[in-house]
Amino acid sequence: MAARLRAPGFLRAGLFLILGVLVCAGLVIGVREAYGFATFHGGLTTATQNGILLVSLLGAPLFFLVGLGAFDYWFYWAAGRPTRAEDHSGHGARSWKDYFRVNTDHKVIGVQYVVTSFFFMLVGGMLAMLVRAELAAPGMQFVSSDTYNGLFSVHASLMIFLFIIPVFAGLANFVLPLMIGAPDMAFPRLNALSYWFLPIAGIMMIASFLAPGGSFATGWTAYAPLSTDAPVGQMFFTIAVQFAGASSIATALNFLVTIVTMRAPGMSFWRMPLLVWANFSTSLLVVIATPFIAASQFFVLLDYALHFNFFVPARDGDVLMYQHVFWFYSHPAVYIMMLPGFGIISEILAVKARKPIFGYRMMAFSLLAIVMLGFTVWAHHMFVSGMSDWIRIPMMVTTAIIAVPTGIKIFSWLATLWRGVLHVDTPMLWALGFLCMFTLGGISGVILAMVPMDIYVSDTYFIVAHIHYVLFGGSLFTIYAGVYYWFPKMTGRMFDERLGKVHFWLTFVSFNATFAPMHIVGLQGMPRRVADYAQQFAAWNLFISLSSFVLGLSTLVFLYNMVASWRWGPPAPANPWRAMTLEWQVASPPPIFNFDTVPTVVGGPYEYGVPGAVHGIFRPAEEARPKLPAGATSAEGHEEV
Amino acid sequence: MSSERVLERRRAKVDWRPMVVIGVIASLIGIAAGLLIPWFPKAASSQAHAVDTLWYVLISISVPIFVLVATVVLFSVYRFRQRPGEELLDGPPIHGNTRLEIVWTAIPAMLLVGLCTYAFLVLHHVEKSGADQLKVRVVGQQFAWTFFYPGPNGKEISSPELYLPRGRNVEFTLQSKDVIHDFWVPAFRIKKDIVPGIDVRYSITPTVVGTYPIVCAELCGLGHAAMRGTAHVMEPAAFSSFMRRLRAGGVAGAGGGSGASSAPAPTNGKAIFTASGCTACHTLAEAGSHGTVGPNLDTGLKGKSAAFIRQSIVDPNAVITPGYQPGIMPENFAQQLPPAQLNALVQFLSSVTKGG
Repeated sequence: MAARLRAPGFLRAGLFLILGVLVCAGLVIGVREAYGFATFHGGLTTATQNGILLVSLLGAPLFFLVGLGAFDYWFYWAAGRPTRAEDHSGHGARSWKDYFRVNTDHKVIGVQYVVTSFFFMLVGGMLAMLVRAELAAPGMQFVSSDTYNGLFSVHASLMIFLFIIPVFAGLANFVLPLMIGAPDMAFPRLNALSYWFLPIAGIMMIASFLAPGGSFATGWTAYAPLSTDAPVGQMFFTIAVQFAGASSIATALNFLVTIVTMRAPGMSFWRMPLLVWANFSTSLLVVIATPFIAASQFFVLLDYALHFNFFVPARDGDVLMYQHVFWFYSHPAVYIMMLPGFGIISEILAVKARKPIFGYRMMAFSLLAIVMLGFTVWAHHMFVSGMSDWIRIPMMVTTAIIAVPTGIKIFSWLATLWRGVLHVDTPMLWALGFLCMFTLGGISGVILAMVPMDIYVSDTYFIVAHIHYVLFGGSLFTIYAGVYYWFPKMTGRMFDERLGKVHFWLTFVSFNATFAPMHIVGLQGMPRRVADYAQQFAAWNLFISLSSFVLGLSTLVFLYNMVASWRWGPPAPANPWRAMTLEWQVASPPPIFNFDTVPTVVGGPYEYGVPGAVHGIFRPAEEARPKLPAGATSAEGHEEV
Repeated sequence: MSSERVLERRRAKVDWRPMVVIGVIASLIGIAAGLLIPWFPKAASSQAHAVDTLWYVLISISVPIFVLVATVVLFSVYRFRQRPGEELLDGPPIHGNTRLEIVWTAIPAMLLVGLCTYAFLVLHHVEKSGADQLKVRVVGQQFAWTFFYPGPNGKEISSPELYLPRGRNVEFTLQSKDVIHDFWVPAFRIKKDIVPGIDVRYSITPTVVGTYPIVCAELCGLGHAAMRGTAHVMEPAAFSSFMRRLRAGGVAGAGGGSGASSAPAPTNGKAIFTASGCTACHTLAEAGSHGTVGPNLDTGLKGKSAAFIRQSIVDPNAVITPGYQPGIMPENFAQQLPPAQLNALVQFLSSVTKGG
C-alpha cells in the first residue's frame, strides 16, 4: 500500500489534492489571522470559506498534478537525483488504463485530448439543450434566471475553452509529428502536462454549479464590473481559464518548436502539408494572444478577491480596459478556433478530390495574413461599448479586409474541387458542408463589420446566429471532418460509412434549422442572453428549440459510430484514402516511434495526378536526395494551366 | 465502363454554362426574398431608414456570393464525383493559376473597401446631431431605467418611462449606477452601452408617434431579461403639456395609459407599482405581473406588516428571502418616489396581500 501511495498515479494524486486543500486553508487562515480579519465566528466565517475555496482552486490542482506524476522527472532532475533513464516506458498505450496516466507519447496524448474534449462537448451540448428547453416558450418554465445565465455561460466556456481549442490541439498532437516525419513532439513531458491541465479546467467549470450562489453567470465574456461583483462561482471561470490558457500556450510552444526543429530531411517549409502550416499559424496566435486573457482574468481575480479596483470607476478604475484586454485575446481566439480547421479541410479536399491543392503558397500566405490581421480587429466587438468613436473606422476596415485572405482560401478550395475525381464520403461531406456553412458565417461577419449595421444587431440573436455559423458550421464541421478522416489512423479501425452519412445529413439540416432563423429574430429585435422574451418571437423560438433537439440527437449517431467502430470496426489498412502525406505511409495505428526508418521528403504533399510523384520515401537521406523524380517539385512554383 | 470511356469523359471540356444559369436564377430568387422579407421592427427614427437600406444593400451583395460558393460545390459534386471504374483515377495536376488568384484577391478587396466607404457615410449620417436638441439623461441600474429631463433652475425632472416629442433631435446621455447596461430602442435602430464611470452619448430623431419597447441589450445580471421599458413618441404639443405636468410635480410615476396622448398621474398604488418597474421582477396577482427575478409578493408578503413592506422597498437588503441574493433590487426607491407615492405603494401592497 505504501509503495502504491508513493508511486505516481491517481491514488497519490488524490492524497496530494487533500494535502493541497489543507495547505491552502492553512495559508488563508494564517494570513487572515495575521491581518486581524475575522476568521472564526462559530466555525469559519463566510469570507474565510470563500477565501479557502478561491486559493484552493488556484493551488490544489497543482498539488494534484504533482501527485499524478506530471512533474516527477523535472523534480528528480532539479534535485540532482538520478532521473529514471528515458526508457520510453511512458510511451504507447497497451491497455485502456494507459490513457489515464501521465503519458508522454504524442499519439496517446492526442487521443486523450480528443476524447476529453468530446466529453466536455457533450456536457456543453446538454447545457445548450437546457437553454433551448427554457427558450421554447416565453416566460420562465424550467430554470430560474440565475441558473439560466449560468447555463449559457458554462455552455459557451466549455465549448470554446474545453472543446474547440483543445480538440484541434489533440488532432494536431496526433497527426502533426507524423506528418512532418518526427518521432514525437519536441517536449513530450510538457505535452503531457499541457493535457492534464485540461480536465482540471473543465471539471472546475462544471463544478461551478455546486458553488454557493450558483455557477458563473456573466457569459463567457465575463465583463467587469458584473464579474467582479458576482457570487464566488465566477471564480471557477476566472481560474479555470488560467489552466486552459496555460495548457494552450504550452502546447502552442511545443508545436512551434516541433515544426521548426523536427521536420524530416527534405521537408522544407514549402513542402509542409497545409495542416502543419495551419497549426504553425495558430500556435503563433496562441503564444502571442493567450497571455492577454490570462491577464484579463487575473485583473478580475484581484478585483474580486483583494479589491485592487482595476474596474471600479470611483477608484480611478477603467471599465472599458477589461474589454480591450479581453478582446485582444478573444478575437484572435476566433482564428485559433478556425485556422486548424482550414488545415484539416485542405488535407481532405486534396485527397478526396485527387488533385493538388490549388495555389498552395497563397494558401500558406493567407494563413499568415490572417494571423497578422487578426491582431488588428479586436475592437469590432466594441462598436457599441462607448469607447472613442474614431477607433471604429480603422477596425471596420481591417475587419472587412480580413475577408480577403479568407476568400482566397475559399476560392482556392473551390478550384481544387474543379475537374477533380470527387470521393464524396463522410469526411468529404463534412468538408463540403463546411465550405458552404462557413461562407455564410463569413458573410454575416462582413455584415457585422459595417459599423451602423453592427450598432443595430450587436447583442442580439443575429450575433448568436453568426458565431454558431462560424464555430459550429465552421469549426465543428472541420472537427467532424478531421475525426472521420483520421479515425482509421488513430484507432486502426474503419468507421461505419453509412452512419457517418446519416450523422452528416441529420446535423446539416438540423443545424441550419436551428441557427438560420436566429438571424431573423435577431434583426427583429430579440436580444441575446435572455431567459424570457417578447411574445412576437415565440413561434420562431419554438421552431429553433425543436430543431436544436434534433441537432442534439444527431450527436448520438456520431457517438455510437465512434464507440462501436473503435470496438468492432473492420481493421483499417495503412492508407485507406490513398493519401500522400507521411502519416498514411505508416501502419494504422502507427508504430510506437512512428517511423522505423526516418523518411526523406522529396516533393510536395499533394502531388495527386502527377505521374510518378511521391511526397516521402523511406530510404536514407543521402541515398534519396540526388534523385528527385520529375515533377515532384512542381508544388513549389505555379504552373499555368 | 471501360477505362478508355472513363478517360474520355474526364478529358471532355466541362460545360459550365448550366451552372452559371442556375447560379444566376438562384441569386435572383435569393435577392428577391432578401428584399421582401420584413426583417426589421417598425422604424420610428430618421436614422432607421439609412440603417435598413444598408442591410438591404448588404443582403443583395451577400446572396450572390453564397450562391457562387454553393453552386460550385454542388456542380462539382454532380459533375466530377467519382463514378464506378474511376476508383484509382486522379484529377489533372493543376497547381494554380496566378491570374485567377489575382482576380479573386483584387475583386473582393475592392468590393470590401467600397462597402466600408458606404458604411462610413451611413455612420456619418446617423450620428449627425441636429439643432435645438432635447437632452435626456438615461440612468440604468439593475434592473430599471430612469429618465431625467432638464427642468427649471437646473433641477432635473425624472420619469420611469421615456417620453419624446416627434421630429426633434434628442441626445441621450447614458449613465450607469452599477454594471454595464445597454440602452436600445429597436425602433430607433441605435444602441450603446451604459458604462459605469463614463458618459456615453448618442442622438436620434423620433419620427413616428407611438409606443416602443426599450431593451437592455448588455447582460447585466439576474434580471437582465426583465430590464425593459417603454418609449413614448408624442406630438410636440402633447409632449409640451406632458412636460409641464411632469414639472408641476407628482407625476414621477408617469406612464401607463395610452401613451401617446397623455399620461395620467397615478394616484393609486397599483399604478405606481406598475410604473416603477416592480412588475418586471415580482409576481403579484393584483397587478397581473409574473416576474420571477425577485420573490413572489403574493406569498412573500402575506401577513407582513406595513412597516416590513416599507423597509423591503427602501432598504431591500435588510431581509433577504431564502433562495434569493442580496444586492439585486435597486436601493434607491426612497429617492425615486415622492413620500406620498411611497405611502400609497406600501398601503396598496399591504392591502392586497393581507387576506392572501
